[in-house]
Amino acid sequence: MKVLTCPMNGPRNIDEFQSFGPVRTMPDPGAASDAEWSRYLFRSENRKGVVVEWWRHVPSNYFFLAERDIVSNEILRTFDPAEFAPPS
Amino acid sequence: MPLGLLKYGLSRTYPVRGDIPQTPELRSSYDVVIVGGGGHGLACAHYLSKYHGIRNVAVLEKGYLAGGNTARNTTTIRSNYITPQSIAFYQEGVKLYEEMSQELDFNVMFSQRGQLTLAHTEASLRSFHLRAEMGKHLGTRIEVVDQKGVKELSPLLNMDHGGPLEIVGGLWHADGGTARHDAVAWGYAGQASRRGVQIHQRTEVEAFEVSNGRVQTIVTNRGRLSCGQVLIAAGGMNYDVALLAGVELPIRCYPLQAMVTQPLKPWLDTLVSSVSLHTYLVQSARGEIVIGGGSDPYQLYSTRSTLDMKEHLAAGAVHLFPFLKSVKVLRQWAGITDMTPDYTPIMGASPLSNLWLDCGWGTWGFKATPVAGKRMGETIATGHVPDILKPFALERFGSFNLINEMGATAASH
Repeated sequence: MKVLTCPMNGPRNIDEFQSFGPVRTMPDPGAASDAEWSRYLFRSENRKGVVVEWWRHVPSNYFFLAERDIVSNEILRTFDPAEFAPPS
Repeated sequence: MPLGLLKYGLSRTYPVRGDIPQTPELRSSYDVVIVGGGGHGLACAHYLSKYHGIRNVAVLEKGYLAGGNTARNTTTIRSNYITPQSIAFYQEGVKLYEEMSQELDFNVMFSQRGQLTLAHTEASLRSFHLRAEMGKHLGTRIEVVDQKGVKELSPLLNMDHGGPLEIVGGLWHADGGTARHDAVAWGYAGQASRRGVQIHQRTEVEAFEVSNGRVQTIVTNRGRLSCGQVLIAAGGMNYDVALLAGVELPIRCYPLQAMVTQPLKPWLDTLVSSVSLHTYLVQSARGEIVIGGGSDPYQLYSTRSTLDMKEHLAAGAVHLFPFLKSVKVLRQWAGITDMTPDYTPIMGASPLSNLWLDCGWGTWGFKATPVAGKRMGETIATGHVPDILKPFALERFGSFNLINEMGATAASH
């Protein structure tokens, strides 16, 4: 059993969570070109290494962020979205 | 052929045909370099060398021959998709499997036993009707069957569950089948190497040197080589390899797990899969029950197995065939799948003029091995993408012309 530590509910079986994939920054829909918009829709971070991704604790419907290494599957940190500073 | 057989039978030494040659020295230049020594890359090498006269070809394989997803899939061959583009493409794939043992002069143990996909809800049945009508329209053998039909096709199925998981009908695809996946790769490798294609095992691409919109040089762990055309057919590593050339593909990698049980007497003569249980079963020629399902629930570059997924697969299998409850699991494994947003592959051109893509094969690549090899070979040899491949271009994401095969692909093979 792999354990994911929810910032609100504490350590839980990862089966209680749903992955929503790496964080993506939405471009301005009015100003973005078709290429930028399709990139935003269809391309997720998949480079080997650490990604910041959305997770949901299903029973409590709480969404949060995790830093996870997608090669070793090590979860480095989980935190509330309020603490997230998107890369500029 | 009969004369050859007679000669072989009367021979004193029973000459054994040479296997795949040892990895030779790298040449400094090749007309075509194929990155990935799995089924797709080897099939492309076969078609290039046999039908297009292009024999100065190198297949570069980081590990050993066909040791990636070619060896890890669950060998399902079918064409029961939902969009006309996919059905036409996979149907050609099934036809090529039907004649593959002749084509390769090597028994790939193709067994066209049919695939039965089970519906547990009226909603699934409605989507089956759509798939059946699309398939019939394009000439595949496919029909919706009711509970009685399901029972006739697979008499040992547990039909007495009732409740939300009662089997209400099925999709019967008589063209479905299996083949021995290793044999497919070995057959293509043998044919290609006999025509002069060089297969380089333990040869990893480390960089592409790109200038003027072309790949000029490929840097490997065994040296540098220049290339006319390049094909990326690296399975789970497609995203990584394309990135080396500066091409970012809309791919995310997920593990896909499967397992086999101890061998049993033959009792399951079709492929059986369940959309709602995310489980499918097939009995191998050795009697093992091969059990597979959906991808792992989150992105990962790892071929580790998890107890969670194994429990899930076992639960689905026991639900359909309760007498499997005391059968032991013999082996388990995982592969890394390169999933696209629309569950459809990416084939054709890349932003670089001499770099071609055979990527995004996710959980559905084995069945397309011959047709992808044939059509990518044609593309590389002529420089033109044939009509059958055009819908699968990388540009479809930019123009929002996706080919949604999620319902006919994910977890419901």
